[in-house]
Amino acid sequence: MRYILAMMMAVVLALPARADVEITEVVSPGGITAWLVQEPTIPFTALELRFRGGASLDAPGKRGATNLMTGLLEEGAADMDARAFARALEGLAASFGYDVGDDALSVSARFLTENRDAAVDLLRASLLEPAFSSEAVERVRQQVLTGLLSDEKDPDELAARAFDTLAYGGHPYATSYSGTLESVSALTRDDLVAAHKAVLAKDRLYVGVVGDITPEELGPLLDELLGDLPETGAPLPQMAELDIPAGVTVIDYETPQSVALFGQAGMAQEDPDFFAATVLNQVLGGGSFESRLMTEVREKRGLTYGVYSYLAPRDYAAVYMGRVASANERIGEAIAVIRDEWAKAASQGVTEDELRDAKTYLTGAYPLRFDGNAPIARIMVGMQMLGLPIDYIATRNARVEAVTMDDVTRVADELLTPDGLHFVVVGQPEGLETGPLPE
Amino acid sequence: MTKLRAVTALIAALLPMAAWAASEANENVTTFALDNGMQVVVVEDHRAPVVTHMLWYKAGSADEPKGSSGVAHFLEHLLFKATDTMEAGEFSATVAANGGRDNAFTSYDYTAYYQRVAADRLGLMMKMEADRMENLRLTPENIETERDVIIEERNQRTENNPQALFGEQMNAAQYLNHRYGVPIIGWMHEMRTLDLEDALSFYDIYYSPNNTILVIAGDVDPDEVRQLAETHYGVIPAEPDLPERLRTEEPPQNAERRVIFRDARVAQPYVSRSYIAPERDAGAQEEAAALTILAEILGGGTTSYLAEKLQFDTQVAVYSGAFYRGVSLDDTTFDMVVLPGPGVSLQDAEDAMDEALASFMVDGVDAEQLERIKLQLRAQQIYSRDDADGVANRYGAALTSGLTVEDVQAWPDVLQAVTQEDIMAAAASVLRIEGSVTGWLTKPVEAVQ
Repeated sequence: MRYILAMMMAVVLALPARADVEITEVVSPGGITAWLVQEPTIPFTALELRFRGGASLDAPGKRGATNLMTGLLEEGAADMDARAFARALEGLAASFGYDVGDDALSVSARFLTENRDAAVDLLRASLLEPAFSSEAVERVRQQVLTGLLSDEKDPDELAARAFDTLAYGGHPYATSYSGTLESVSALTRDDLVAAHKAVLAKDRLYVGVVGDITPEELGPLLDELLGDLPETGAPLPQMAELDIPAGVTVIDYETPQSVALFGQAGMAQEDPDFFAATVLNQVLGGGSFESRLMTEVREKRGLTYGVYSYLAPRDYAAVYMGRVASANERIGEAIAVIRDEWAKAASQGVTEDELRDAKTYLTGAYPLRFDGNAPIARIMVGMQMLGLPIDYIATRNARVEAVTMDDVTRVADELLTPDGLHFVVVGQPEGLETGPLPE
Repeated sequence: MTKLRAVTALIAALLPMAAWAASEANENVTTFALDNGMQVVVVEDHRAPVVTHMLWYKAGSADEPKGSSGVAHFLEHLLFKATDTMEAGEFSATVAANGGRDNAFTSYDYTAYYQRVAADRLGLMMKMEADRMENLRLTPENIETERDVIIEERNQRTENNPQALFGEQMNAAQYLNHRYGVPIIGWMHEMRTLDLEDALSFYDIYYSPNNTILVIAGDVDPDEVRQLAETHYGVIPAEPDLPERLRTEEPPQNAERRVIFRDARVAQPYVSRSYIAPERDAGAQEEAAALTILAEILGGGTTSYLAEKLQFDTQVAVYSGAFYRGVSLDDTTFDMVVLPGPGVSLQDAEDAMDEALASFMVDGVDAEQLERIKLQLRAQQIYSRDDADGVANRYGAALTSGLTVEDVQAWPDVLQAVTQEDIMAAAASVLRIEGSVTGWLTKPVEAVQ
């Protein structure tokens, strides 16, 4: 692979999307709202649910409860144990995915038209009647603990945890939503039931549906699937008090290549300058081969396989992050080049050519995101969570086009803080000054 | 990610490409060949005005000369440098300026380049891709800098990852005499010596139209694709000296082999087992189909045989799985992995895995489980119509790995025809301990104590 694109996907997810998709808002008889795109040419449906708050709703002292609870949703429900549930799912040739993060718990389902009702019944059982049997709890707990042990040996995880600890103060963002060995070991079934009640509620639910289903069919389906959820859950989290000190933190870890995670304060998605910031980032480090960081760090100097930066407007804090990995003896040079590029962009902005190319890329790449029922369902849920209008897709590229050179120059000056960047380096970097920046 | 992040990485380390074959509805696929030998596959999907343009070369790491491991992948990187008419980096910049994405990947049996763009830019993509098949102009500076990049890539993928290092050793032990035993990215000491001549000699012989599969997926008309392909690719002459793809083959394996890899960065020790296994062959895919389903039965998730024995009936394992990759030019492997639970030693985990396999050979195939697997395979034909790129990838990988269009299209039916007896016969033939490598990934001795 010439370059791993996983991070580009995260960037893509930070922004909602566009193409010739016709979205219908469906409100069920019971009052549940969903955005629907009808796609009758293939006899299946993709359904995306998201519950805002996610793992940030863990109760005090119960870190990891929402994560463990989410892992158990597919491990037995109603009168089915884990294997009976899995056999039932296989027998329908449907697939259900359950995932959780700092900002949301998400459910991604796809099912055939021919057995849609049975699939919805099964999905409903997993969401409303999870068994949380002691056997399943212990089995999945052990899987989570195994993952936590692996995280302790993973340079990227070590870097992320160190960065989060120093950036997010007392907010849940400061700690891993997977919890710790101690907290996960101590979780009880009651904790999982409480987490379930806290997170899965109608007042924080967003629904996107794409596929072979009409609005008339979808309404009753929504009520059947979700109507019996509680109206309200736990209070949503507060905004984080973001405080990223400038400097370098080195975490000593014996491995040949150092991983550096870097960041500074970012910009909220609702900010009127967000598109200008997006264009700026596209030029600076937006994940394409043409970005300044890729050009300077990889193409000219061969210091890394990949370097990128991305705006991360999370629900309760906005940060501007990046990552690079270089051999221990070369990471210092890579970091110096990144600092220089950050400073150069802050003081000089971008060129006319760069502005034009970035806008062409961002507008041209937009329709490429709509490549399948499930991706479109996810995009629609993201739009709803951001409070975007239902016709946003048709207007989005015009918003990118409207960004001017003055906008980018001003945002580069205001947003980029080359002296405020913090680098967390995991490895055994050579010749790297640690601690706060010298005055 | 809720549960086992580590497992995802582990599976990725075991298998360069997805193991579970899916089938496609055939009616939206058109194939033809150009006079110079280029084979073309068109997958129509008119739901969005987008196209994926992929050029697959029948040349991968297993086609490299001895001593130059990694040159196929190195050349893949270098193809983004200058040609007679384009500057270094201009290819990707042009794709980006047209709102597209591009990338490339290298495997044992193929190297592929792709762009995803608005459908009306297909001609431009072909023009540029045809240009770099013929007109690459490399400089010594390109070599120096890009070699540093692939070394950092190896650092990132392999040197920083004990699971990947272990996987390399497993492969090297499995293949005594075939190039599949050498990592795709190359051994570090050989990567450091790759030079301009290595890259160009590989390029000159293998980057030829009669050694390619062109796959176009998306909002396109097959007749238009044919016209564009003839205009841009049809003018490139075939390479008359293209060699046959004959690799040194494995001798019959008659001794079980063991690998123990110790690394302080190992958090979760595990047992890995690979068996040398037949691949999908043109016109003869039946045993591969049986092995494909066997992997699902043994280790395809919660309802699998290994999960039942090792994770539910007992708590020997926190995770178990079985994998088979049938798309391969030469002999492939059937793999299993067991992550022991707390307090379970690697030896105990290995013993439990072998006991489970032995009891499977007695119990045989559960008819209901087989029917559920076949049902899911049939459903996959519906779901895959939502994924034109997935169909494109399957054709590209198959046609560069010795299979034909007819084999790809017959595959769903071959899978549906597999019987319980076929599966047990394949299991008996392949799951021989003397045809296996068993590996332990573990911490250093002092760290264990």
